Amino acid sequence: MTEQCDVLIVGAGPSGLAAAAELARDNRVIVLEREQTAGGIPRHSDHTGYGLRDLRRVMFGPTYAKLLADRAVQAGADVRTETMMTHWVGERSVVVTSPQGRYEIDAKAIILATGARERPRSARLVAGDRPAGIFTTGSLQNLVHLHHQSPGSRAVVVGSELVSWSAVLTLREAGCQAVAMVTHRDRPESYAAFHQGAKRLLSTPISTSTKVRRVLGRDRVEAVELEHVVTGSVRTIACDTVVFTADWIPDHELARLGGLELNPGSRGPSIDTMMRTSRPGVFAIGNLVHPVDTADVCALDGRHVAQAVRAYLDGRLPEDSGVELRVESPLRWVSPSVVRLGDGAPARRRLLLWSDEFRQVAKIAAVQDGGVIGKLTLPWAVAPGRVLRIPWSLLSSHNPKGGSITLALT
Amino acid sequence: MRRVTWTGTQPDAPEIFDVVIIGGGIVGCAVARALTAFELNVALIEARSDIGDVTSKANTAILHTGFDATPGTLESALVRRGYGLLSQYAPTVGIPVARTGALLVAWTDEELAALPKLASKAHENGYEEAELVDAAEVYRREPALGLGALGGLSIPDESIVCSWTSALAYVTEAVSRGLFLYLDQSVTGIDVGEDSTEVQTTRGSLPTRWVINIAGHGADVIDRMLGHDRFTVVPRKGELIVFDKLSRRLVNSIVLPVPSSRGKGVLVSPTIYGNVMLGPTAENIVDRTDTSTTPDGLSFLLAKGEQIMPRLLDEEVTTTYAGLRAATEHSDFVIDCDDRNRYVLLGGIRSTGLTASMALGEYVVELLTSAGEPLESRDGLPPAPKMPQIGQAFTRPFEDEAKIALDPEYGRIVCFCERVSRGEIRDACESAVPPTDLDGLRRRTRALMGRCQGFYCQAEVEALLHRGPRRGDQV
Repeated sequence: MTEQCDVLIVGAGPSGLAAAAELARDNRVIVLEREQTAGGIPRHSDHTGYGLRDLRRVMFGPTYAKLLADRAVQAGADVRTETMMTHWVGERSVVVTSPQGRYEIDAKAIILATGARERPRSARLVAGDRPAGIFTTGSLQNLVHLHHQSPGSRAVVVGSELVSWSAVLTLREAGCQAVAMVTHRDRPESYAAFHQGAKRLLSTPISTSTKVRRVLGRDRVEAVELEHVVTGSVRTIACDTVVFTADWIPDHELARLGGLELNPGSRGPSIDTMMRTSRPGVFAIGNLVHPVDTADVCALDGRHVAQAVRAYLDGRLPEDSGVELRVESPLRWVSPSVVRLGDGAPARRRLLLWSDEFRQVAKIAAVQDGGVIGKLTLPWAVAPGRVLRIPWSLLSSHNPKGGSITLALT
Repeated sequence: MRRVTWTGTQPDAPEIFDVVIIGGGIVGCAVARALTAFELNVALIEARSDIGDVTSKANTAILHTGFDATPGTLESALVRRGYGLLSQYAPTVGIPVARTGALLVAWTDEELAALPKLASKAHENGYEEAELVDAAEVYRREPALGLGALGGLSIPDESIVCSWTSALAYVTEAVSRGLFLYLDQSVTGIDVGEDSTEVQTTRGSLPTRWVINIAGHGADVIDRMLGHDRFTVVPRKGELIVFDKLSRRLVNSIVLPVPSSRGKGVLVSPTIYGNVMLGPTAENIVDRTDTSTTPDGLSFLLAKGEQIMPRLLDEEVTTTYAGLRAATEHSDFVIDCDDRNRYVLLGGIRSTGLTASMALGEYVVELLTSAGEPLESRDGLPPAPKMPQIGQAFTRPFEDEAKIALDPEYGRIVCFCERVSRGEIRDACESAVPPTDLDGLRRRTRALMGRCQGFYCQAEVEALLHRGPRRGDQV
């Protein structure tokens, strides 16, 4: 059987649900969610701070997830849980598996909102055996918040980004002590104020310039072997739990199976300011294209893409030639990475970037065809582990018919 | 009646077994399957809580033609015979096999010069399809190879196979034919008497007429319990890196190194599950249980991968693991039948054991027959089992419209990366030889084996496992 719809949204996290809530008011919208419940990652992030930018109030993750899901359904979206897209069968046709069967869906437009995940221990090539007690923040929070189990009693947390502190909080809640936090960088990545406060509050010592070399233990984690990245000295810390945090990779499998062009830095699909991918009628939003920003920023992507999808369905979204946006090291990626003539500003009128290095004071410059077209002194520090949001106005004097634009920290 | 136990007590066990097999690796399981085709009371003892849990779960899973074996050895003959037997058996029970072919690639003049010799060695081993190819043909077949390939030797019948499903299929069939399977018990001593032998284990003692020692890394220890001193197992560790399924399109066949003065080298191969594998290292170690990867091993493999197929290194790593080959000081399998003490040794079964497994089963039957053991075929053997399909190139339950329509649990995907349904996890937990832990469930279903390594589903899969029947349950 083949079903028809106007808009198919793959992924019912904050971005997909927000897009559904907008578009379902005047379109037939199907949302596919492979998990049992819609809402995405906020469902198991049991702390407050959600909803600030999109809803102008703050709430706990699960409450926020439920609210977004309810709004999508109320707007008329057909949200199908336990339903997973597995293949493409045409330009905008997909096949899904669900307990209700395996079937095809033809859509006029498709929005990919599949999110991102943390690289697991194995992808980070940390040596050792494969004992129990190794987690990512995601699997840890899933275990603690959704399944109410305890991970262990002494944990080492790898990474020192905001999400790493979120892991520390989850550990504390589960009665597991975070005995150390390690980062290969020479300073913690989270906001200084937050970091100082968290460090004091949670009394977790941080080892900088340190990487996990090996996990020791056969059936259960017994210790981790740490190596100082500068001196090469090696030491071990006894623990029964290791949590690998951050180090994001977008869930880009469907994008890649569809042959969509990828942004080489983020590895998510490459998009323009209207969130079009390289395939006509296929859009990509949320942490799939900026791994990772906060849930509210994702939700605002959803609202933004709704305008573009509506215009596309009405035949009002001509696809003109575009100018490519590139970045120079230590910047890793920028999203969107294509600017087209005739298109408007990106979501929230911001360019999103990722830096691999810390800069207390930084300027960013945009260069096109050998000339500086925009320059900005950033009012905040640039830090790895969090998205750098730059006003769109940096590109206001670019030449839409010119060559590619390079963004660099100066 | 359940013939699988983790506790050591089997109410309906015979007073004396005809054969006790020590070691539940892939070869032990194949021998059990072969012997249970006869009117014999057969028991299999395994020290781990699952079959195929040591070397049989961590290898390169290649079904070899035997083209490069040492001609004239028992290994060469058994590999060749085993290739045919397993190729035939696989489709009948649902063991995934894919005939990808292999390509030995020469990167140096020395390696290039060695290729014709390897081609004639293949001929000596009775394999006639090997073909020398030039550099252009090498790149036509494997466009993603790094620069500098000088030529190659094509072995079109080398195949990839699922070693876990193979071991599990053998033992499942053997259990259906009446095998008594004793898991989680180690052999502590063996007393050979006039007419019977007493095999003592950590959970009791099994009287038997024959003992078959196929204990892999423990085979020399068991052999000494029977008064011999003829070989020592030196575990050779092999570390491997498994890349994301999205890299599968980079590799068409098994890209093999040419053995040379630089050592055995590293291969790049598709896996039957649709990943790409890089490895193995080869390091002799002391600890027979050390299956940990090492910082040095992994960086060695990355450096090799950079030469062989640089684009592979841009892909995500799904997992890394290490396996131990039970090498000995002998260059051939160490197989012996001691008629007087009713004892058969299958030692030094290295990585070719997977391919040779069914031939080794057959060989043991021959050995017992020549020792004068009257083997009588069992009438009315149950039909061969149908194993769950976990290979990539075959229809998996999640894509089987009819199967989902009949049972929606096959449409309820729990492990998203590997697309494992709740129905498959349930089936594994209810199977004749069920998993006792997450690892066992992983091997049977592929759950948690994917790119996220449990980010999404570990907790749920664990909950499902603990809901199902478990070890120790009286069924």
